[in-house]
Amino acid sequence: MSISRRKFLGWLGAAGMGTALGSTANAASNKHFSGYPDSVGVLHDISRCVGCRSCEAACNKVNELPPPDQPFTDLSVLDTKRRTTPEAHTVVNKHELAKTPVFNKIQCNHCLEPACASACFVSAFKKTAEGPVSYDASVCVGCRYCMVACPFEVPTYEYNKAFTPRVMKCTMCYPRIMEGKLPGCVEVCPKEALTFGKRDDLLKVARKRIEKHPDRYIDHIYGEKEMGGTSWLYLSDVPFADIGMREDLGVTSAPQLTAGALSGVPLVVGLWPVLLTGIYAMTKRKEKISQEETAEAVSLAIAETEEKGAEKLSAALKKAEKDKDMAIQKEVKKALEEVKKTFEEARTQEETQEEQKEEKA
Amino acid sequence: MHEFYVLQEFMLHTKGIVYILMVAILLGMVGFWHFLTGREED
Amino acid sequence: MSEESAVVTGKKPFVPGKSLLTPFNIIAGIIVIVGLFITVLRFTKGLGTVTNLDDNYPWGIWIGFDLLAGVALAAGGYVTSAAVYIFGMKRFHSAVRPAILTGFLGYALVVFALHYDVGRAWRLPYPFIMQQGTTSLLFEVAACVALYLTVLFIECTPAPLEWLGFKKARNIAVKLTMLLTIFGVVLSTLHQSSLGALFLLAPSKLHPLWYSGYLPVFFFVSSIIAGLSMVIFESTLSHHYFADKMDETHMNEKEGVALGFGKAASLVLAGYFSIKVIGIAVDNNWHYLATGYGAWFLVELIGFIALPCLLYAVGVREKNLTLIKWTSGLAVLGIIINRLNVCLIAFNWHLPSEDKYFPHWMEIGISVFIVTVGILVFRFVVTRMPILYEHPDYKDSH
Ligand code: SF4
Ligand code: SF4
Ligand code: SF4
Repeated sequence: MSISRRKFLGWLGAAGMGTALGSTANAASNKHFSGYPDSVGVLHDISRCVGCRSCEAACNKVNELPPPDQPFTDLSVLDTKRRTTPEAHTVVNKHELAKTPVFNKIQCNHCLEPACASACFVSAFKKTAEGPVSYDASVCVGCRYCMVACPFEVPTYEYNKAFTPRVMKCTMCYPRIMEGKLPGCVEVCPKEALTFGKRDDLLKVARKRIEKHPDRYIDHIYGEKEMGGTSWLYLSDVPFADIGMREDLGVTSAPQLTAGALSGVPLVVGLWPVLLTGIYAMTKRKEKISQEETAEAVSLAIAETEEKGAEKLSAALKKAEKDKDMAIQKEVKKALEEVKKTFEEARTQEETQEEQKEEKA
Repeated sequence: MHEFYVLQEFMLHTKGIVYILMVAILLGMVGFWHFLTGREED
Repeated sequence: MSEESAVVTGKKPFVPGKSLLTPFNIIAGIIVIVGLFITVLRFTKGLGTVTNLDDNYPWGIWIGFDLLAGVALAAGGYVTSAAVYIFGMKRFHSAVRPAILTGFLGYALVVFALHYDVGRAWRLPYPFIMQQGTTSLLFEVAACVALYLTVLFIECTPAPLEWLGFKKARNIAVKLTMLLTIFGVVLSTLHQSSLGALFLLAPSKLHPLWYSGYLPVFFFVSSIIAGLSMVIFESTLSHHYFADKMDETHMNEKEGVALGFGKAASLVLAGYFSIKVIGIAVDNNWHYLATGYGAWFLVELIGFIALPCLLYAVGVREKNLTLIKWTSGLAVLGIIINRLNVCLIAFNWHLPSEDKYFPHWMEIGISVFIVTVGILVFRFVVTRMPILYEHPDYKDSH
């Protein structure tokens, strides 16, 4: 609230300059990204918030959202727990705690490393150099992965629009900021529970308040480190977990969470074909060898049978010859014997004839 | 050289290049396999 | 015309005079009519009218079942073609065509279903033509699914080309087999695991027992189980309904396929079980096992991972085909449950139960409609084209 327009424009210029010139850090692989220098944010001091819903009304007005069912002056709305909707970029929730009710305001936290931007497959979200996380409805496909990803459950979807549904979320009043105006909600807050400024300065302001009233504040600036840090920061006099702000989110930013899986992708692309082709080549070779082996075995078997056959044949032949020989010899013998017999017979005949002659004579 | 302040932006840039490389690798691999085995009969 | 001649010529199987009004056709017809009705509502009135999606549950069963489970169950294509063409298990050859066809239909239906789910369906090509959100794992999934659908399409073409008698085109497509198989395995490895990696971004929303740095590995390994089991499951069903379309080779190899794939699935399940347990250990999540979510986790771990692993093993040892078939159903169910757990049941576990999501009947209607369309197309194709049998002109050509 207390920031003059000129000073504020000066920051924006500085942020732009810083971006254009760049800093010298970020060289080697162990890179650290500390966010855009001089980017802006908002500090919400929960201990100051009275739950008047003025911010909700202002947000509705500056963003030209449809009028709500119940007027913003109706504080009974606070009795039920609410979350952001397509018609409300910000809502205030009441938490009945021991002493007094505590109120907290929900809207996009404009993360330093937005999970929504990491998730969007058309890159519709962008962390701007000035600080707000912007959304471009003209490319949004409506897959709603951004809503799955956001750890603060902020983005909402216009489910009831058939042709032009958009993701809806707080813009940190980006257009107004660029005009040098304050965000709508910050401008109207009657209690100065919301402070707009450079994030670095806001952190200092917050620390100072904690230092000054150590008994009042919880010694923690919510958003300084959560999920890699957010541009919207919170101070509170009650534990954050008691007012529905998750303290188990961790400090790892969304892109860090997916970096491992993403860098695995090119490895698979580079090495899988090598591995698979290798296995394929090996299988093919094995097949070829086994084919060759089979072929060899077959030809060997054929050769063997052939050889054996030849042996058998020659044996058979030999045997046959032997048989033949024996038969011949037998025949010859037989023949000879026969001849002998006939000869002898003849001789006996002759003898008998001679004897007969002699007798005659 | 463009300076990155946000890891997400940095990754958007580097992964973009990596995706192009991946397409090149897949295509190149096919060509290289042909070169490697081109003289083999069968 | 006898059934046998229908097999040989690949002509229409319906004998003239046989009524089309079978119970199956009547039910399918009703589902399709209701589905078309919801479709009109969805695209004229918006997502809010037909779904129970809200700002806490931007993803419902169209993502949990149609996309996540659908892609896993369509893994049979890459698993089978890798086994046969890369690892040289020629004896499973007859399983390739039906597996690739189911794979292609599966992916086509996944993409079809996505048109219902995304807010502006006509912008689905935007990630490629407008702005590339390369930091998103969804971009990776989208790119791989688009490419793999193309690969599967080309891998599928030989059947219709044989049916139509385009020999030249058919032979070109067959020549690409090796290349396409390797591409298919690379792309499948990537997007199957990236589907799990989608949830790496939401450690605060997914229950610690399911959230793990190993999510991509879990999804990839379980997709192999899903693929193997689906091949067995689907061949059982095909055998039941399309036995007359199967040739001798298919019949003879069927048992071997069930035994071999059952064995492989059992082995992979054992590995999957091990890494799931290791997943609990590395994040020191033991104490969650004693909670309600822990009990449900144990049901998944023991009832749908350890049990099918064991049943497959027994079935393979005893050559009990009936057991293997039933186990494949159990394993498939287990994968579906796992995907629903990650996407819906264990998602937003910190929210009070009244904020949890339960699908609208019209969401279920669209999912049933899409599955029915898949079955109808599958039936149309296998009763006409050489899927479960080899085309007589191309025998011995692989
Ligand atoms: S709070 Fe959510 S919507 Fe806002 S920038 Fe962070 S991740 Fe994005
Ligand atoms: S819904 Fe739109 S903005 Fe959100 S991730 Fe999808 S495309 Fe991006
Ligand atoms: S910064 Fe603007 S958009 Fe955001 S809550 Fe405040 S008024 Fe609404």
